[in-house]
Amino acid sequence: MAEVLVYVDHVDGSVRKPTLELLTLARRLGEPVAVHLGAGVETAAPVLAEYGAVKVLAADAPEFNDYLVVPKVDALKAAFDAVSPSAVLLPSSAEGKEIGARLAVRIDSGLITDAIDLEAGDEGPVATQSVFAAAFTTKSRVTNGTPVITVKPNSTAPEAASAAGSVEQLSVSFGELATGTRVTSRTPRESTGRPELTEAAIVVSGGRGVNGAENFHVIESLADSLGAAVGASRAAVDAGWYPHTSQVGQTGKTVSPQLYVAAGISGAIQHRAGMQTSKTIVAINKDSEAPIFDLVDYGVVGDLFEVVPQLTEEVKTRKG
Amino acid sequence: MSLRIVVCVKYVPDATGDRHFAEDLTTDRDAVDGLLSELDEYAVEQALQISDEADDAEVTVLTVGPEDARDALRKALSMGADKAVHVDDEDLHGTDVFGTSKVLAAAIEKTGYDLVVCGMASTDGVMGVLPAVLAERLGVPQVTLLSEVSVADGKVTGRRDGDAATENLEAALPAVVSVTDQSGEARYPSFKGIMAAKKKPVEELDLDDLDLDGDDFGLEGSWTAVDEANARPPRTAGTVVKDEGEGGKQLAEYLAGQKFL
Ligand SMILES: Cc1cc2nc3c(=O)[nH]c(=O)nc-3n(C[C@H](O)[C@H](O)[C@H](O)COP(=O)(O)OP(=O)(O)OC[C@H]3O[C@@H](n4cnc5c(N)ncnc54)[C@H](O)[C@@H]3O)c2cc1C
Ligand SMILES: Nc1ncnc2c1ncn2[C@@H]1O[C@H](COP(=O)(O)O)[C@@H](O)[C@H]1O
Repeated sequence: MAEVLVYVDHVDGSVRKPTLELLTLARRLGEPVAVHLGAGVETAAPVLAEYGAVKVLAADAPEFNDYLVVPKVDALKAAFDAVSPSAVLLPSSAEGKEIGARLAVRIDSGLITDAIDLEAGDEGPVATQSVFAAAFTTKSRVTNGTPVITVKPNSTAPEAASAAGSVEQLSVSFGELATGTRVTSRTPRESTGRPELTEAAIVVSGGRGVNGAENFHVIESLADSLGAAVGASRAAVDAGWYPHTSQVGQTGKTVSPQLYVAAGISGAIQHRAGMQTSKTIVAINKDSEAPIFDLVDYGVVGDLFEVVPQLTEEVKTRKG
Repeated sequence: MSLRIVVCVKYVPDATGDRHFAEDLTTDRDAVDGLLSELDEYAVEQALQISDEADDAEVTVLTVGPEDARDALRKALSMGADKAVHVDDEDLHGTDVFGTSKVLAAAIEKTGYDLVVCGMASTDGVMGVLPAVLAERLGVPQVTLLSEVSVADGKVTGRRDGDAATENLEAALPAVVSVTDQSGEARYPSFKGIMAAKKKPVEELDLDDLDLDGDDFGLEGSWTAVDEANARPPRTAGTVVKDEGEGGKQLAEYLAGQKFL
């Protein structure tokens, strides 16, 4: 059966959930071969095997940390040459997309970014994408070379399917461009203890209506009562009330949770682009004319400082 | 020596308009008014700031796009760019990111450059990969997705706020950078700027001028095919209630009914 390369997104060997989704999707197309770059393959390999990796190609070198993107492209190209896969899958992170795109150029292949679903087709993988701020859904194929496809988080539920997952060393020689952009310092993001925004089943977001960084605890309390991630509109981020990493929308994260709660957010097209595919949407806004109400399954016209705390209390009571 | 900066800008359908697909499943560019991609305004802004800091610099704005794309160049010129290059060729309709990057690379090399500045993504395609691909094609460092950028002593430095970490980056020129919408508000064109832009040179190029073969481009030359495009069924309007003091409880009741609690 054809092999499918899966690029592993991990933090020191702790595999991130989107990679498990990729392995699950890859099994629809062939046999997943995982590519693990950097430290921690001992930790990662058993997990990758559990989700169906028949093989784990591993390489570690200081270049992966010390220089931007290109060393990883060199390594993925080496894996590609070693395996001759029928497709290459990467997570749709900023870095995943850049690595995938540069690989595609090197192997003369077409690229599809931000797929939200993937099936096997007669002429290769068929990718579903959501475009124009999620107003349209398209189905696309790569027509030249080996399809390189990046897939958004939350595209499918990870399913375990045990495979061998034997680790093999991948030998990589870095090209001249690999050391072009030096990472002079790196500050890891501090964990909030809450679920990852793009991976969370529930997201609670606050916008300009929250009216100050000091009020965001109202949003956070609701999120914590629901076990949710916290998001923000760009207006809230630009005002400095919440970090940019939490921004939902066109120039922030795309989320597709089971439940999205928007509080004090008007629902501009650029915000909708990032949350429109959520399964259930609820909103709290004091303006009954706010466009967000066009999208909601349930909406409350009211002051978020009244409604949200009451909701939080009620959630806590009901959850016991 | 003068610092030669090329800014890649795209002319896109207005995102607040009702965007559609044309019959050949490419973006319908007639349905909605076009404009300079808002995300590329940030690229123009950073290029102008870098140029102001430098002893001697020249900012060229470059677009690959249909005739109307001149509007995008005019806007960038009125913000303060020095000159423009417009690549327009009927063989380009439907070209994908690989084709577009090939054309941009050829035009950039023809123009001459020390620094290429791009936006983080186009507001229509939103792939956000072109700058990386351009760096690959030009064979120069990629310093992308910067929320802060500066150029000094033949080097570009910047800050990249990633998902997992914030990184400070450094590369020698020539290089390709892209800047995010966190890099700082773009200036508005002044009246003086708008008047001055009318006299600034716009060089028109086609594929022949760049020694490129039309067969490699357009829908035929694209390595991906869109087989279907379906409008997402509009979300059916749900229940909206007015808070009369019990709004939070009502919402909880709804969430419980949907099994979220
Ligand atoms: C190129 C580009 C990219 C963009 N990318 C993004 C993006 O990624 N994400 C994003 O979110 N935006 C993005 N935007 C910005 C977007 O256009 C809107 O400006 C932004 O989403 C507005 O945020 P908001 O809804 O919080 O603020 P507003 O539009 O000001 O809405 C605030 C809402 O809060 C309500 N409100 C106020 N007080 C209360 C209260 N006490 N209780 C209840 N409700 C209250 C008001 O009625 C109002 O509806 C982008 C714009 C551009 C041009
Ligand atoms: N047709 C084009 N002409 C000029 N620049 C472009 C074009 N398409 C994309 N770009 C540049 O590449 C960036 C990223 O685009 P994309 O990868 O299409 O999302 C944009 O912000 C522009 O700077």
